[in-house]
Amino acid sequence: MQAPVNHITGFTAIVRERVLPVDGTVFVRLNQKINSSEVIAEAKMAREHVLLDVARALRMHPDRANRLIKCKIDDRIQAGAEIAVGKGLFPREVLAPRDGRVVAVGGGQVLMEVNETKIELRAGIPGMVVEVIENRGVLIQTAGALIQGVWGNGRIDSGPLMNLAEKTDSVLTSSALDVSLRGAVLLAGMVKDAETLKAAAELPVRGLILSSIYPSLIPQAREMRYPIIATDGFGPMSMNSAAYKLLSTNIKREAVINAEIYNRYTGARPEVIIPLPISSDPPTANEVETFAAGLQVRMRRPPAIGMIGSIVSIKPGSTLLPSGLRAPAAEVKLENGETVVAPLVNLEVVG
Amino acid sequence: MPSSLVDGNSLLALDIGAANTRAVLFDVVEGEYRFVASGSAPSTVDAPYKDASEGARNAIEILQTILGKTLLDGTRNLITPSQPNSMGVDALVVTLSAGPTIRTVIVGLLKDVSLESARQLAESMYARIVEKIDMSDHRKPDQQIDGILRAKPDLVIIAGGTDGGASRSIQKMLEPVGLASFLMPEDKRPFVLFAGNEKMGDKVKESLEAHTASLHFSPNVRPSLETEDLDPAQSQLANIYVDIRKRQIQGVETLNIWSGGHIMPTGYATGRMVRFLAKVYASNKGILSVDLGASAAVISAGFKDKATLNIYPQFGLGENLTGLLNHTSLDDILRWSALDISTGVLRDYLHQKSLYPSAIAATKEDLAIAQSIARQALYLAMQSARRDFPKNAARIKPNLVPLFEPILAGGGALSDASRPGQGLLLLLDAIQPVGVTTVILDQNNLLPLLGAAAAQNNILPVQVLESGAFLSVGTVVSPVVSAAYGTPILRAKLSYANGSEARADLKYGSIEILPLTTGETGTLEIQTLRNADVGFGPGRGGKFPVSGGALGVVFDGRGRPLDLPGDAVRRRELIKKWSWTLGGE
Repeated sequence: MQAPVNHITGFTAIVRERVLPVDGTVFVRLNQKINSSEVIAEAKMAREHVLLDVARALRMHPDRANRLIKCKIDDRIQAGAEIAVGKGLFPREVLAPRDGRVVAVGGGQVLMEVNETKIELRAGIPGMVVEVIENRGVLIQTAGALIQGVWGNGRIDSGPLMNLAEKTDSVLTSSALDVSLRGAVLLAGMVKDAETLKAAAELPVRGLILSSIYPSLIPQAREMRYPIIATDGFGPMSMNSAAYKLLSTNIKREAVINAEIYNRYTGARPEVIIPLPISSDPPTANEVETFAAGLQVRMRRPPAIGMIGSIVSIKPGSTLLPSGLRAPAAEVKLENGETVVAPLVNLEVVG
Repeated sequence: MPSSLVDGNSLLALDIGAANTRAVLFDVVEGEYRFVASGSAPSTVDAPYKDASEGARNAIEILQTILGKTLLDGTRNLITPSQPNSMGVDALVVTLSAGPTIRTVIVGLLKDVSLESARQLAESMYARIVEKIDMSDHRKPDQQIDGILRAKPDLVIIAGGTDGGASRSIQKMLEPVGLASFLMPEDKRPFVLFAGNEKMGDKVKESLEAHTASLHFSPNVRPSLETEDLDPAQSQLANIYVDIRKRQIQGVETLNIWSGGHIMPTGYATGRMVRFLAKVYASNKGILSVDLGASAAVISAGFKDKATLNIYPQFGLGENLTGLLNHTSLDDILRWSALDISTGVLRDYLHQKSLYPSAIAATKEDLAIAQSIARQALYLAMQSARRDFPKNAARIKPNLVPLFEPILAGGGALSDASRPGQGLLLLLDAIQPVGVTTVILDQNNLLPLLGAAAAQNNILPVQVLESGAFLSVGTVVSPVVSAAYGTPILRAKLSYANGSEARADLKYGSIEILPLTTGETGTLEIQTLRNADVGFGPGRGGKFPVSGGALGVVFDGRGRPLDLPGDAVRRRELIKKWSWTLGGE
C-alpha cells in the first residue's frame, strides 16, 4: 500500500512555487539567485467595483447612452471625471465617484474597479529561480533541512532559529520572551494563551514553530503578522522527536518559516526550511513511499498519536483493532520501546 | 462497449470517495447478477497524487488479487470489453464524491419560491452555498458583483419566473452574475445552470454565454407558482458536477473515457436508486437511504409521488469536520457518548481528524468520539432534510419523521461499525424512526453503484438487491408515546415458523430484542399500552409478518423525539445499557 510522506529530513532539494494571486509583473529571471526578502513580483488588485448606470442617469435608451460614454476599457479615471454628458440646454452628467480603472463598458453602463492595492510578492525562500511562470511568479529551488507541519497561519518570514523549547512538550509563556529574541524564529513548543502570541508580536519575532496549537487560539493566531506553524496537531501535543531533533540541532542558522495554509488538494503545507550550503544538488525527497518493514513512521491517530516509530512488519490481510474495527495494519515499534499495532491509514512515513 | 448487459456481461463499478476508492465487480453467477467482490485503496485526489485514476487503478489491482483475474493491462489501463481469456470487464460505471465542496451561488426571484428551489438543487450535489441573490436583496448591483467575486463560485444556479412570466426582473438578476463572471480569470469562471423561465433562453445566452465556463439550461424548476419539478435540473446538475470535477481533478477525464461517460455523483446515483425502489416497492410508507461518509451526509427519500435528495458536505466526516461546530455544539455531540470525554478532547479530535479523513479509530475512546460525531452529523442532516419531505407523507405526528419501510444505511461511518448493533443504535439515535420499519445495512456500500449501473442495465440492481448482498439488521418497532421512564408501553409476541413463541414487555426508556435470525420469518403481534402508536393509530396494536435479520426484532421504547437524560452520568449509563442490549460493549 502506498504511504503518504511527511517530510522531516536533514538535507534535501526543495522546489517551491511562489505566485501572485492575480496576474502582475515578475521581476526576476531564470537561474537568478535570490534572497528571501527580495521582491520577485508585483500586481495591482482592485477589491471593489462601481457600476455606473449611465443610461438610467441620463434617462435614455442604453444604445443612445453608449454613444455618449467618454471612457473606454482600461482608462484610468480620477474621481469627478466626466463619464458621460447628456444633451440639451441643461444636460445631465455622470461623473466618476472614485478613482479607478474602467473594466467594462456596454449596455449603457460603465463598470469601474476601485480601491486598487499593490501586492508585492517576496521570494520568502532564498535560492535559485528554476522556472518563471509568466505574469504570476516563479519556482525557487534551494537545498537544506525541511520540516513539514500540519497547521499554518498563512504568513512567511525568516530569521535566525532560537530554541525556547527545552524538550518536546515544553510550553512557551510570555515571560520567556525578551528583547534578545527580537527578529528570531522561535522553536517554542506549545502555546496555551493569546497573551504569549501578542507578546511575540510586540517584540516582534519572525516566527513561532509550535508543536501544536489549541483550537481556541486559532482565530488570534491567524491575526498575527508573523508566521506560526504547528508541527504535529491541535491541543496539548508534544513535538514529534524527529522534528524536534532536527530543529534543535540547527539553532542559530537562518530558518525560513513558510506557514502556508494546509491544502490537501494543492499539496501546500506549512513548513520550516533551513537552507544549507551545498557543493552539489541533493536528491528531492520522495512524495510517496510504499509501506514496508524498517520505514520510519509517525502515528496520525491514537494510540501514541504524534509518536515516531519504525515498522516491524506489515500484518497480512485485515487485523482486528482494539476498537473492534478491522483494517490492514502494521506492527510498529515506537521510540519509547513499546510495540503497537496500527492501521496503515493512520500512519505516515517520515523522511 | 456493449449498449446492454442483458446477455450477462460483467460490470465493474468504481466509487471515488473522499477517503477511499473502491472497485466492485458485478457478474452473472448461476444465471443472476451478483456482487462478486470489492477492492479498496486510499483515494488519490489529494496531493501528492492529484489524480483520481491512480487510486482507481490501485483499487482495481487489489480486486484483481482477490479475484485472481486480470483487469488492467500492462500500462495499467482497464481492459474492456472482456477478452476470451477472461481478462477485463465488459462495462464500467463510476460514482464520484471526492473533491473540494462545490462553491455555489444561488440566484432566484422570490426568496421562498425560486430561491428555495435553487437551494434544493444546490443541496442535491456536493455544494456549499456561498452567496445568494434574490429580489429582496437590497444591495446595489456593484455590491452584488463584489459579493460574487469574493465568493469565488464554481457554479451559479439561477431559477426564477414561471414559464412565460417575469422576464425583466430575471434580466436584472443576470447582470451581476454576467459582470462578475466577466471579471474573473477565464480558467476560474463558474459553470452556470439556468433553470428558470424557459422563454428567457436567448436573453440568458446573450448575457452570460461569453463569460462563463459553460452555460447550461434545464426545464424550469417552477413552471408555475404551484408546481415544482427539480428532477430534470438535478439530472443536468449531475452532468455539470462531473464537468466541474474534470476541471478540478486530474484523472476524472480518464475515468470518464474508460466508462464511456457513465460517471455520476455518488449522492445522485443513490437518489436514482431510491427513486427506483420507491416506484417498485411503492407503499404508503416512504423509503429512506442515509449515507454517512467522509465527503458528505446524503439523505435520499422516496415517496409515492416525490423523491428528495439532500447532500450535506458540511455534515461529512472528513475535511469539513471542523465546520461541524458552525451547526452544533461540542456538548450536543458529546451527549451521544457512553464515555466521559471532555469538550477539549473532542475539539482537538475534530481538528486533527479533518487533516486525515481516511484515518480510522484504532482505540475504543477514538471510536466512541467518532461515533458520537457521526450520530450528531446524521441527526443534523436528517433534521435539515426533513423540511423537503412531502407534507402529505404518512406520519404518526407532524413533528416526527415520516413512516419509512425500509431504511437503508451505508457510508464509511455506518458500514465501519464493528457490530451491526452499533450501527443500528447509531441509526436509531440519529434518524429516530417511528412505527415499524426494516433496517438494512449496506455493508459493502453498493447502493450508489447500483444506481449508476441502472443507467446501463436495469436488471442488475434488482437481482443484486435480492441476492443478500445487503445485511438486514432486523425489524425495528418504535412506538410514539408519552410516558415516564420504566412505564410499560408495549407487549409483543413473536410466533416463529416452527410454532414456538417469544414475548417481550417494553418499558419506556428501554430497548428490547426478540431473536429472529436472517432467513427466518415469524408473525409479530403487538399490544400497545398507554395509547402508544406504532403506525396503526394511538392505542391500536396489530399482527403482521416479520423477517429476521442480524439482530432480529428490535423494540425501541425510548420515545420520539428521543429525549436523553440531562444528567451526564445517568445518560452515559443508559447509553451503555442500550448499546449492551444491541450486542455492543
